[in-house]
Amino acid sequence: MTTTDIPVQAARAQSPEPSRKPRGKREREGAAWVFLSPWVLGAVVLTLLPMAVSLYLSFTDYDLFNAPRWVGFRNYVQMFTEDPRYWRSVGATLTYVVIAVPLQLALALAVALALKSMRRGKAFYRSAFYAPSLLGASMSIALVWRAVFNDGGTVDNVLSGMGVHTGGWVNKPGWALLAVALLTVWQFGAPMVIFLAGLQQIPAELYEAAAVDGASRRRQFISITLPMLSPVLFFNLVLQTIQAFQVFTPAFAVSGGKGGPADSTLFYTLYLYDRGFVASHMGYASAMAWVLLIAIGAVTAVLFRTSRSWVFYANEGER
Amino acid sequence: MTTTTATTAGRRPLPWRRVALHAGCLAALLVMLYPLAWLVATSLKPADEVIASLNLLPSKLEWSNYSTALDGVDDVSVGRLLSNSLLIAGGAVLGNVISCSLAAYAFARLRFRFRGPLFAFMIATIMLPHHAVLIPQYIIFNQLGMVNTYWPLILPKFLATEAFFVFLIVQFMRGLPRELEEAARIDGCGPFRSFFLVVLPLTRPALITTAIFTFIWTWNDFFTQLIYLFSPEKFTLTLALRSFVDASSQSAFGPMFAMSVIALLPIVLFFLAFQRFLVEGMANSGVKG
Repeated sequence: MTTTDIPVQAARAQSPEPSRKPRGKREREGAAWVFLSPWVLGAVVLTLLPMAVSLYLSFTDYDLFNAPRWVGFRNYVQMFTEDPRYWRSVGATLTYVVIAVPLQLALALAVALALKSMRRGKAFYRSAFYAPSLLGASMSIALVWRAVFNDGGTVDNVLSGMGVHTGGWVNKPGWALLAVALLTVWQFGAPMVIFLAGLQQIPAELYEAAAVDGASRRRQFISITLPMLSPVLFFNLVLQTIQAFQVFTPAFAVSGGKGGPADSTLFYTLYLYDRGFVASHMGYASAMAWVLLIAIGAVTAVLFRTSRSWVFYANEGER
Repeated sequence: MTTTTATTAGRRPLPWRRVALHAGCLAALLVMLYPLAWLVATSLKPADEVIASLNLLPSKLEWSNYSTALDGVDDVSVGRLLSNSLLIAGGAVLGNVISCSLAAYAFARLRFRFRGPLFAFMIATIMLPHHAVLIPQYIIFNQLGMVNTYWPLILPKFLATEAFFVFLIVQFMRGLPRELEEAARIDGCGPFRSFFLVVLPLTRPALITTAIFTFIWTWNDFFTQLIYLFSPEKFTLTLALRSFVDASSQSAFGPMFAMSVIALLPIVLFFLAFQRFLVEGMANSGVKG
């Protein structure tokens, strides 16, 4: 019996079982904490404590040199009501997430389906399509992207040859964001590999039975492939969405670190970096970080909630 | 409402179908690999051809781009930048492999109080955006006088902060047969010897996957390095490339992309050498068999 699952489900399944071993129990418990000690130290000093501190700082005015000054909700009020650049950064980030993630996942699923039934060359294509996922996060590729989509770059030349004159994407509001989104789509290999692994776990008997009943290929896709693949689709959707909210390098490279033109690639993380580490408004940046944390938490919660109606767990009855 | 058209469903696809499939995949591959071909070609182009010429291939190979690139930026040679990048990536690999395997063993095999909640917490931190802890971490390292050193980039890895790898190794360890450890315990092995002598050698594939991913992700990392490092002699290849972002003059294009090729080379080599581990590792992160 194969199990298709996601980490969070695994976490839930791993509820603590009370230990009933009297002998050596205390000794082994002590050993466990020795093994865990680096992780515990990291979790407390580098995760929990910083989260609390950044919540505190978000209510202060702090420039790293003078002591933090309590200002109440001032940062949040300023962010939501007085800072048009903040809203432009929210707009740019959301637009990017909504364009890049569905396109990337659709392409990943399409390629995985194409490779699934392939007999020869499957491993080769799988590796080749996966390679951009490793390279795409690098500064090198971001610089290539900037040049290829620039005025006089390859994309401009090809489009001009077809009679469409864009004059380069990088300098045009709207188009620049699309160029960054395409860099994300280019890295479809990681979710594709996960889709392919999921597809290969769907029992062949299901398709055989469906074929005997005379179900068409389309019908099989809708009634077997999609439901059986939905946990993997959900995992990819959550993971890619969370990652997309935090993209930094390509927007930085394409816009020369400024988020331009006209703030159209001023991603949330770019603006947070600008406020905190360029302008030294650490309090304001902390408030932005907490809003991001809550926003990502909310989006994840919504995805989990809707998942009940469309994600199908084949082994649900066995739990 | 099932349609009862007699299709080839379930049977092997017709040959033309397979040919079309391969043709489509190859075409997609060419488009996908174009940016890489462009990068290598441009790194060898003479300055006047970079923008003026529509040809992908250079008219003559301008190797001087590479010798210019080797001089580096701000009087820091590429050799220095490369060894800085390697030092950080190497430290991160060592830290992640040690700390994540220790934590994973406890979660996968040992019993302790609050194991369930702590495991759930560990999984939750995989999804935690880095920015929520970024500024206080910066303040801590600033207080410790560690800004503009490599400690903020390496030290967190020794504290198993990359929960993704803890999870990856836990999943792998759960798949190992328990009998070997039972036998070791009967022979008098405590949890420590059992870990080092029995479990760790068997976990090697997961540790290799962890090491390669850590290397590539640290190598590509830009944001953390941008925040913590500001002396040119401490710069990595990624940070040196960044100084080209501001320089928009076209004449620097050749050397800039020559340096980009040098910066990508280690990842490409790692990919070619370990592609099986990378692809399997990614596949297993979402689906456990």
